[in-house]
Amino acid sequence: MAYAELAESEEIHEPKSFITRYIWSQDHKVIAVQYSLTAIFVGLIALVLSGLMRMQIGFPGSLEFMDASTYYQAMTMHGMIMVIYLLTALFLGGFGNYLIPLMVGARDMVFPYVNMLSYWFYLLSVIVLIASFFAPGGPTGAGWTLYPPQAITQGTPGADWGIILMLVSLAIFIVAATMGGLNYVTTVLQARTHGMTLFRMPLTVWGIFIATILALLAFPALFVSAVMMMFDRLLGTSFFMPAIISLGQPLDHEGGSPILFQHLFWFFGHPEVYIVALPAFGLVSDLISTHARKNIFGYRMMVWAIIAIGGLSFVVWAHHMYVSGMNPYFGFFFATTTLIIAVPTALKVYNWVLTLWRGNIHLTVPMLFALAFILTFLVGGLTGLFLGNVIIDVPLSDTYFVVAHFHMVMGVAPILVVFGSIYHWYPKITGRMMNETLGQIHFWITFLGTYAIYFPMHYLGFLGMPRRYYAYEDYEFIPQSAHDLNAFITVAALVVGVSQVLFLFNLFWSLKHGKKSGGNPWRANSLEWLTPDTPPAHGNWGARLPVVHRWAYDYSVPGIEQDFLPQTCTEEELTQLKLSRTAMDSASSPESNPEGGA
Amino acid sequence: MALTPQMRTLDMGEPGGGWNSPDHASELQWRLRTTKVAVRILLAVVTSLFMLFLVTYIGRSQFSDWLNLTGPLGPLADTSILWWNTLALILASVSLQWARMVSRKGHRTLVMVSTMTAGMLAGAFIVGQMFLWGRLVEYGFGVAINPAISFFYLLTGLHGFHIMGGLLAWARSMEKIWHKSPMQVINAGLEPCAIYWHYLLFIWLVLVSLLTSSPETYATIAALCGLR
Repeated sequence: MAYAELAESEEIHEPKSFITRYIWSQDHKVIAVQYSLTAIFVGLIALVLSGLMRMQIGFPGSLEFMDASTYYQAMTMHGMIMVIYLLTALFLGGFGNYLIPLMVGARDMVFPYVNMLSYWFYLLSVIVLIASFFAPGGPTGAGWTLYPPQAITQGTPGADWGIILMLVSLAIFIVAATMGGLNYVTTVLQARTHGMTLFRMPLTVWGIFIATILALLAFPALFVSAVMMMFDRLLGTSFFMPAIISLGQPLDHEGGSPILFQHLFWFFGHPEVYIVALPAFGLVSDLISTHARKNIFGYRMMVWAIIAIGGLSFVVWAHHMYVSGMNPYFGFFFATTTLIIAVPTALKVYNWVLTLWRGNIHLTVPMLFALAFILTFLVGGLTGLFLGNVIIDVPLSDTYFVVAHFHMVMGVAPILVVFGSIYHWYPKITGRMMNETLGQIHFWITFLGTYAIYFPMHYLGFLGMPRRYYAYEDYEFIPQSAHDLNAFITVAALVVGVSQVLFLFNLFWSLKHGKKSGGNPWRANSLEWLTPDTPPAHGNWGARLPVVHRWAYDYSVPGIEQDFLPQTCTEEELTQLKLSRTAMDSASSPESNPEGGA
Repeated sequence: MALTPQMRTLDMGEPGGGWNSPDHASELQWRLRTTKVAVRILLAVVTSLFMLFLVTYIGRSQFSDWLNLTGPLGPLADTSILWWNTLALILASVSLQWARMVSRKGHRTLVMVSTMTAGMLAGAFIVGQMFLWGRLVEYGFGVAINPAISFFYLLTGLHGFHIMGGLLAWARSMEKIWHKSPMQVINAGLEPCAIYWHYLLFIWLVLVSLLTSSPETYATIAALCGLR
């Protein structure tokens, strides 16, 4: 018996107590909200840390407590939190949890209890991470890449407790991500409703599905490197630690290979870029199609591009290591694969633009964020082509050009999608619209502000301004103009940072005061907009699961009155809609209405 | 609380839950299919994990300070314990496969005997591994003595950790057998458990082959992988 028939044959029993409903909840929607709120909370900490760092760079010495160690700690925690604990958790744990079952027409994830555990493990990893702020010596300041030997050598901030807590937190996070990932992939494979073939799934589901597979296969590399580094740190092994003299004393280690760590780290680290990017690709495809009232251009091509990008992302990792030294043929290989991955990526960008072409573009807040994403991803992607080439990467490596590149491509671009998607799906989650005016103000400050921050950084990089320096005074090659630019960037960063209060205010204010949205305010086609209740009740669909007859992108269908066809619309219903439109047209034409036409 | 089909996947231990009705039989089949898919995905993750460890193992083995584990003075000069442990794990897998097969045919006593035997043999494997560790420490081969030994502890420890995870799944099956749950329910627990155990046996065979290989073999593998 198929999943849908089984699901329909069972009664839905909603949890009654507050605890089982909202705390130890096994409902994917509640877990999604828990994931999202935790990720946003920890993301705010990372945002504050970036503000503190920018104060030091733009206005050196303005913060009394900001010494070199504090700066490196802020930098490390900012990077790690943003990449892992905010973006990965939000895209997979937040959007994945909320949207996969709804979009494929399931009642829930296939293993709700494991799903619940996944969130609590994630929360535990966040608590361990935050605990490092209060540990003796503070959090690790090794940089988010945690490269040995310096990450576990005395003299690096947090080398005592900070690094241990970081590694433990990462290991717990990976367990959480694996539990969640098993659920997402199995749900997509096993719990789709009637008629929901793989090639009828919205691109959001495809993006999250493939990103989850990447996460399942790539996170073990981080786990392996974390465990081995923990052995080096706690048991005195020499997996990564070479013979080294630290603070005048020879250490007990010898013969370890720091480069081995780099390979492992980037074998995880590069797919991680796509673990964040692929869900963003999927979500933005749905935003663009819905708000441009246009079929997504080249749906199958988009799916295959997601799969190709996912596959290729495992064979490009060493482009992060050109300056670490490698066989020139390896450099050639990784530069080539890096350029090849640009092909399916560019294909997606073309398809988004072609979807917009002659579309009925509604400049709603989600659409503004989606458009901003295309532009930002393009800018970040193009600078990636520079850095993917060995010969250009070597002089630009470890400069602000790199900082600008990766912030544009995997910081700002995905965050723009996060914002757009929250504005888009908020009405389904809460039953109310977010305030449009506040959303517009939030968008323009964020969009223009991030460009004010990151565009000048490309120039600073060309000047040769190195990244990861605590202080830039007294270097002859850094001119005064660069310091002025740094002050400007800091002001822009603070404005953008503070403006996120608008978003938070809107998020919570709209819960009570937002305009009631109804079930399908954007007149969208995918299943989540067709639930009998908004917000969807436990079990999502009432007694009967939806029956899918088409893909999710039938917008501006010619010959019918409404400009969208939900996925549940049958051919007979479409014929009826066409007939009624024809009848309306003929009723209003001059021939059939001679008086009116006279 | 009555459960949705998805939720039932978590509460596989409901005894006497009326699973013999046609609806529940097909629900059980769906659940079994889904759990098998999930276990196979989990095994892909496990494969990725061990593959990465093994690549680092081979890469690290090419450094000059690498100790030949099976050399005359190496910690594994005598591999007999390792092979006894391997035998225990093979027999554990065979027993669980037996349990899986007899559970399909509904032989309750045989299921109990074979499942119990499988668990005891897997437990014996864990105890044997810990005994081996203890002996290595006793002979002065601590974890930080040489990277080859560090890897030995790391790889065997990680594998043992996964076996213990398998024993948790085994314990749930035992609980159902003990409480005389319907045979279909028991089988639905044993099937994915056996897939996981067999795969861990396969991983162990790869590990033990590698750990007992000579440096020349490592050099050949490293050359084939471009790590030399």
